[in-house]
Amino acid sequence: MTGKARRKAKQPGFRRNRNPVTWLLRHAQMALAALGRLAQQPLGTLMTAAVIGIAIALPSGLYLLVNNVRDLTGSWDGGSSISLFLNQSLSDQQARGVREVIARRDDVAEARLISRQQALKEFRQRSGFGEALDLLDHNPLPAVILVRPSRIASSALATERLAKTLEGFREIDLVRVDLQWVRRLEAITRTLERGILVLSGLLSAAVLLIVGNTIRLEIQNRHNEIEVVKLVGATDAFIRRPFLYEGVWYGLLGALIAILLVTAGLGLMQDPVQRLAGLYQSGFDLDILTSGALLTILTGGPLLGLLGAWLAVGRHLSRIQPE
Amino acid sequence: MIRFDNVAKRYATGREGLAGASLHLAPGEMAFVTGHSGAGKSTLLKLIGLLERATRGQVWVNGRNLNKLRQRDVPYHRREVGMIFQDHRLLHGRTVFDNIALPLVVAGMGHQEIQRRVRAALDKVDLLGKERSHPVSLSGGEQQRVGIARALVSKPPVLLADEPTGNLDPELSREIMELFLQFNQVGVTMLIATHDVALVERLGKRIIQLREGRILHDTGAPA
Repeated sequence: MTGKARRKAKQPGFRRNRNPVTWLLRHAQMALAALGRLAQQPLGTLMTAAVIGIAIALPSGLYLLVNNVRDLTGSWDGGSSISLFLNQSLSDQQARGVREVIARRDDVAEARLISRQQALKEFRQRSGFGEALDLLDHNPLPAVILVRPSRIASSALATERLAKTLEGFREIDLVRVDLQWVRRLEAITRTLERGILVLSGLLSAAVLLIVGNTIRLEIQNRHNEIEVVKLVGATDAFIRRPFLYEGVWYGLLGALIAILLVTAGLGLMQDPVQRLAGLYQSGFDLDILTSGALLTILTGGPLLGLLGAWLAVGRHLSRIQPE
Repeated sequence: MIRFDNVAKRYATGREGLAGASLHLAPGEMAFVTGHSGAGKSTLLKLIGLLERATRGQVWVNGRNLNKLRQRDVPYHRREVGMIFQDHRLLHGRTVFDNIALPLVVAGMGHQEIQRRVRAALDKVDLLGKERSHPVSLSGGEQQRVGIARALVSKPPVLLADEPTGNLDPELSREIMELFLQFNQVGVTMLIATHDVALVERLGKRIIQLREGRILHDTGAPA
């Protein structure tokens, strides 16, 4: 055989054992073994998991609070109000009719009419311009309908839409919307949400680093073992696997701790929040973790653990070669 | 089974492990590699087990050119080459059984087959009854026999041993060599590095003598 022919000749392939049942069994075994290793150092494992738990609990808890505040924006009585100034030519009878039409709308929770006489009386009492008014030969004040939007029209946008519709009424001269603080609250909520997003990113990176560092130490501790299994023909995937499982377990433990922390934190806040809500004549319960949030934490934690372990394993495992 | 074509190995430190060695081992052949420490015995074995790669020349094992073997195929190559070390390289946190089972576990073998094979290997090295023990509780000779059982449990066609009797007294050394002769009789190609020339010469097998990375004398080389 010439040199060239030899180079071209295909090397005999290797026999690879790919029995799926054995493969699955091995995975289950490795997952359990990884859990067993964590259980052998309960204190260390718990501390690492607690750090991960806190890192996950912080953004989750904040997210939940902001969610509650957003609910609050929607439910708080008098979140915004619209003042409708009626045409001066309207009689009291007609004004009452307009009020009734508006009150029947389902985006209106309440509509209260202040007749021209009532308005004049109030103005006299409050402004101190009573005597000046006496000089006028007629009542210059229009009748006003105060509208409180119902829940479905409580956001700034929906309230504005409602105001636009009301502006179209012939009987209404002027529509004034008091949206300031609803807008502010919405802006604050949005800012908080963005902040939580940034915080989540940072703390996710922290979880990656924690798991990565823990796995790196574990790899160092088992340096000798890794060398030996490489000697007897273990593939990189085989060697990687137990470490990846450890990462997943750390993430899962961290997620469980996070859920505990958030639940406990909300439980502690429930009482004072209710008292606070009571002061505003509002029945309000803090929402607890929804199933969606639970699912996110329970899949996100292990995923972060897996990723952190993967990063550590990728960097450190290839450096270990048997001699 | 094993062929070296003018193979040289220079380490990153500049030290020359092998400086152009050529040899050929037929399937089922048994040979001893002798020489002083630093003569290149370990390098020779490491190149076969792909613990190192040659810097020059070609190494062929079991019909494959190791120079062309991709890194991801190295594990599969090692499964065909059993390796025995002077320091045993056992896992001290695991039982004798688990140590011997390791190559089979790594290869993805089923549970029952592993049980059967490990027991057969334990029987061959006369360690039945010790499978639940931990390596540290065993004598040096017994630990070495665990190492040997681990190397042969997957029935590799090639078995390498690097100073397998280095730490053992003459009586135990002779026993280990007897074991190797038995394996060779069932067709395993064996290459054993040792500095115990006296022991080896009595066995009447091929001897490859190394000095400073070159083959000084080879009793089995074609004339």
